[in-house]
Amino acid sequence: MKKIEAIIRPEKLEKVSDALIERGHHAMTVTEVRGRGLQRGIALQFRGKEILVDLIPKIKIEMVISDNDAEEVIATIKEFARTGKNGDGKIFIFDVEKCTGVRDE
Amino acid sequence: MIDSGDTAFIIICTAMVMLMTPGVGLFYGGMVRRKSIISMITLAFVAFAVVSIQWVLFGYSLAFGTDIGGFIGSLDYFALNGVGLDGDGIPDMLFMVFQLVFAGLTLAILTSGLAERVKLSSFIVFGLLWTTLVYDPLAHWAWGGGWASQLGALDFAGGTVVHISSGFGALAAALVIGKRLGFGQESMKPSNIPLTLLGGALLWFGWFGFNAGSELAADGIAANAFVVTNIAAAAGALAWMGASSIHGKPSSLGMISGAVAGLVAITPAAGFVDAMSAIVIGMIAGLICYAALLFRVKNGLDESLDAWAIHGVGGFWGALATGIFCTAAIGGVDGLLYGNGGQFVIQLIDAVAAMTYAFVVTYILALIVEKTIGLRVDEDEEYVGLDIAQHGESILI
Repeated sequence: MKKIEAIIRPEKLEKVSDALIERGHHAMTVTEVRGRGLQRGIALQFRGKEILVDLIPKIKIEMVISDNDAEEVIATIKEFARTGKNGDGKIFIFDVEKCTGVRDE
Repeated sequence: MIDSGDTAFIIICTAMVMLMTPGVGLFYGGMVRRKSIISMITLAFVAFAVVSIQWVLFGYSLAFGTDIGGFIGSLDYFALNGVGLDGDGIPDMLFMVFQLVFAGLTLAILTSGLAERVKLSSFIVFGLLWTTLVYDPLAHWAWGGGWASQLGALDFAGGTVVHISSGFGALAAALVIGKRLGFGQESMKPSNIPLTLLGGALLWFGWFGFNAGSELAADGIAANAFVVTNIAAAAGALAWMGASSIHGKPSSLGMISGAVAGLVAITPAAGFVDAMSAIVIGMIAGLICYAALLFRVKNGLDESLDAWAIHGVGGFWGALATGIFCTAAIGGVDGLLYGNGGQFVIQLIDAVAAMTYAFVVTYILALIVEKTIGLRVDEDEEYVGLDIAQHGESILI
């Protein structure tokens, strides 16, 4: 069992979510987050000076899936969240020890 | 002779109309993404501030100075020269500022077409050109003794001057500046509908000052204008909400848009039609403006916040509706419904002329600004959002 944490562009959420549902991966938790990555934000020019816009709004998708599904889920997120520019995000994959539903006996 | 009742009434109406400008800002602000809410509301205030200065310097004179060829006013009243505290019923100074709040509001409505991508500095330049070369002539045509008023076109409170001009202007500006990045591919859902509803509330309230005040006296016609204004707003709200429920749930955004559509349509007619006609005018406005919005979306036009669909199309319908429903019993002129087809033809000519002029001249002005200083922010700035890119502020913590 794997846990996927994907940090993506907010405007890509709809497409990514639709594509995951289409492939049968429904369960996910989505959080609005802000953060910075390797480029430390976006640099804007203002009156000749450079201004760094730090901590850009992103979406974090969390999914717990079977080992077999991991590859497809990761590939799907990559395909639909991608623009090819800085700031497309990251995907982290963790091993999950156990999962139990709140209603389970 | 100054009438103290009229003067008191118009002072209050002027303040009410002023409140419509931030109302438009909030109405639009709720419909954009969170990264551009501050920018959207600010554009309305900036529009108002720019026009306020332009108007007292030369805008008022261009609109209401001595007629030159039916097209524009002279510079008699440059810098309010000769605009005194006496007048006919109300002080000239009060008439000037009552007209000022209309001019400011009109430019604010047009910001719909530039939403989330316009450079603030370029907007100020464009706005100054636009209010001088589009609004002022149109105000002169209808109210300052220009050709439209000589022809007998009826525009009680600004259906052509305010709404057709800003609506079709917004469409032209949107075509020049181009679509927002990701338009049609990414979700651009409204981020704060309560804000839009609050803006709509301020518009509905302020519109009583807009229409009733346009009588420029506290009398029966003002009362009629007040009543038909409310009726048309109500009918428009219900009609749009009903129509939108065919496609899904009856949306609150549709309801408030319908109310504004009804308000727009009754604007030119308010001093000329009766209450029952107002129900029809408002209802039809709700339906055709909704159809115009669907048409815009279907054709991938990013006139982002629907000034064209609501103010442009609604204003056009209102101009025609005035020619259909006006009755001598209220405003002294009969329309098509009362056997005077000629009035309808005059209204049609006036509306088509205003639409064509506003669209073409706005397009040219926007293009001039675009080719010289650039209308639009760069891609990174647009991505980050105008709040940070243009104001260094953000609603995010």
